[in-house]
Amino acid sequence: MALVVKVPGPLRNLVGGLFEVESSGDSVARVIENLEQNYPGFNERLLEEDGSLRRFVNVFVNGEDIRFLNGLETSVGEDDEISIVPAVAGG
Amino acid sequence: MSFAYALACRECGREYGLEPIFSCDFCFGPLEVSYDYDLIKDTMNVASIEAGPPTIWRYSPLLPVDPQYKVDIGTGYTPLIRADRLARAIGIDTLWIKNDTVNPTWSFKDRVVSMAIGKAREFGFEAMACASTGNLANSIAAHSAAAGMDCFVFIPDDLETGKVVGSGVYHPTLVTIDGSYDDVNRVCTELSYQRPWAFVNINVRPYYAEGSKTLAFETAEQLEWRAPDRVVAPMASGSLFTKIWKGFQELEKIGLIQNPTTKMSGAQAQGCSPIATAYEAGSMNFVPQKPDTIARSLAIGNPADGYYALKTMEQTGGGAAMASDVEILEAIQLLAETEGIFAETAGGVTVACLKKLVEQGAISKNEETVAYITGAGLKTIEAVSSEIRQPIHIQPKVEEFDAALEAYN
Repeated sequence: MALVVKVPGPLRNLVGGLFEVESSGDSVARVIENLEQNYPGFNERLLEEDGSLRRFVNVFVNGEDIRFLNGLETSVGEDDEISIVPAVAGG
Repeated sequence: MSFAYALACRECGREYGLEPIFSCDFCFGPLEVSYDYDLIKDTMNVASIEAGPPTIWRYSPLLPVDPQYKVDIGTGYTPLIRADRLARAIGIDTLWIKNDTVNPTWSFKDRVVSMAIGKAREFGFEAMACASTGNLANSIAAHSAAAGMDCFVFIPDDLETGKVVGSGVYHPTLVTIDGSYDDVNRVCTELSYQRPWAFVNINVRPYYAEGSKTLAFETAEQLEWRAPDRVVAPMASGSLFTKIWKGFQELEKIGLIQNPTTKMSGAQAQGCSPIATAYEAGSMNFVPQKPDTIARSLAIGNPADGYYALKTMEQTGGGAAMASDVEILEAIQLLAETEGIFAETAGGVTVACLKKLVEQGAISKNEETVAYITGAGLKTIEAVSSEIRQPIHIQPKVEEFDAALEAYN
C-alpha cells in the first residue's frame, strides 16, 4: 500500500480533479515535497514563505491534527492517510 | 433582492462570485460576503426597518439572501431585557440580556441557518447538511423539515438527550460520530467535496455566518439606535463573536448608529478555551485543544474563526475569560434566580465570564453591557438536574404540606 493524501477542493485542479492521490515520504514535510514534484503548486498553496504551514490549512494524519503530533515533522509511513482540509469550516 | 455582490478572501483579498464556496482557492483564507453599502444606505433606514416583520428579515438589505428564498419559521427580534437583579448581584450598573433562547429551536442558530437554507435554495441545492455540537443540528433539521428538503446531520456521540431528540423529531438523517466535534467537522469538510449537499457551516458558511450580525442589529435597534459600551458573548468557532462586531460596524456604515466603541469580550469554558488561552498568552495564534467541558455547544477545540475573534478583541479593546464547569453551573442558576431565564450551558459560560470580568476590573462598573444568552436550558437539562433543590413530596393532605414546608425552610 502507498500513503494516501486526501485532496481538498481548492487543490483538486493541481491533481487532475482527483479526490485523493498516492505519495511517499517519511514525514508530512517530505510528503508535501513529493507532492510538489509530482504536482507543482502544492508548496505555494500550503506553505508560507518561511516553510511553515499556512494559517488556514489543517493537516491530519489518520484523523489526528498534526498540531497534536509533531507538526510538519510528524512521521508517516506507507499505511497512513493524510488529509489536507481548509481550517475555516465549522462552528 | 440582496445587495451582496461578491465573496472576498479576508486574507489575500481575491474576489469570487457568489457561489457555494467557503475558502480561498489560493491561500485557504475564509471568504466573506461583500455588499454595496451605498445602495443599502439609500434603501434602508429606521422607518423601513420599523415597517418590516418582527423577525431577522426586517434587516434583509444587510443579509446575503434574497428574501424570496427564505424559510421563515419566526426567527429573531428576541427580547433585550434590562437585567437589574443580575447586575446588582455581580456589581455592575447597567446590564442587558439579549435573550436568544426564545427562537423557534431555542438557540441563536436559527439566525445563521435562516441564511444558509435561503442561500442553498437560491443555489438550487436539494439537501442540507451540517456538522454540529447540537444547536445547529436542531435548527437545520427544523428548517429543512419546514422547507421539505432532505437533511443530513452529523454530531458527536456524547451530546445531551435534548439536543439529540431535538434534532431527531424533525426526521433528518441523523449520524452520531465516535469522536469530538472537531472530528465531525473534518469528516464533513471532506464529505462536502463529494456530496451535492449544502453543508451549512462549510460550503455555504460565508452566507450562514452573516446571520449572526442580526444579533447586533437587534441590540442596536432595541437600544434606540446605539451600540453598548461592552458585549459579552460566548465563543465556540468565534464566528458569532466576530459577526456581532461586524453588525455594529455595518450599522455605522449606513448611518444608523454613530461611531460604535463597543469593547468585545468573549467567553469560553475552561475545558475548551483555545481562544481565551491565546488571549491570556497575548498571542494571535491559538493552539487547538481536546475539549473536556459540560458546555458541549462550545466544545470546538479547533475554532475556524479563532484568529478573527482574537483580532476583534485587539481591535475593540475587549478581551476574553474562561469559566470552570462549577462556575458554569452556578452561573446558570444565578441567571435563572435573578432574571427568570433558564440558559443552556453556553449561557452559564457567558454569565460566569461576565461576572469574572467585572470582578477582575476588566469590565468597569459603569460600562453599559449586553450579555448574549444564546441557547435554552431545557436543551442541557442533564448538566443542572443534580444541582437543583429536590421538590417537596407529600401525600395530598394540607397538614403534610404545613409540616414539610417547615422542614424545607
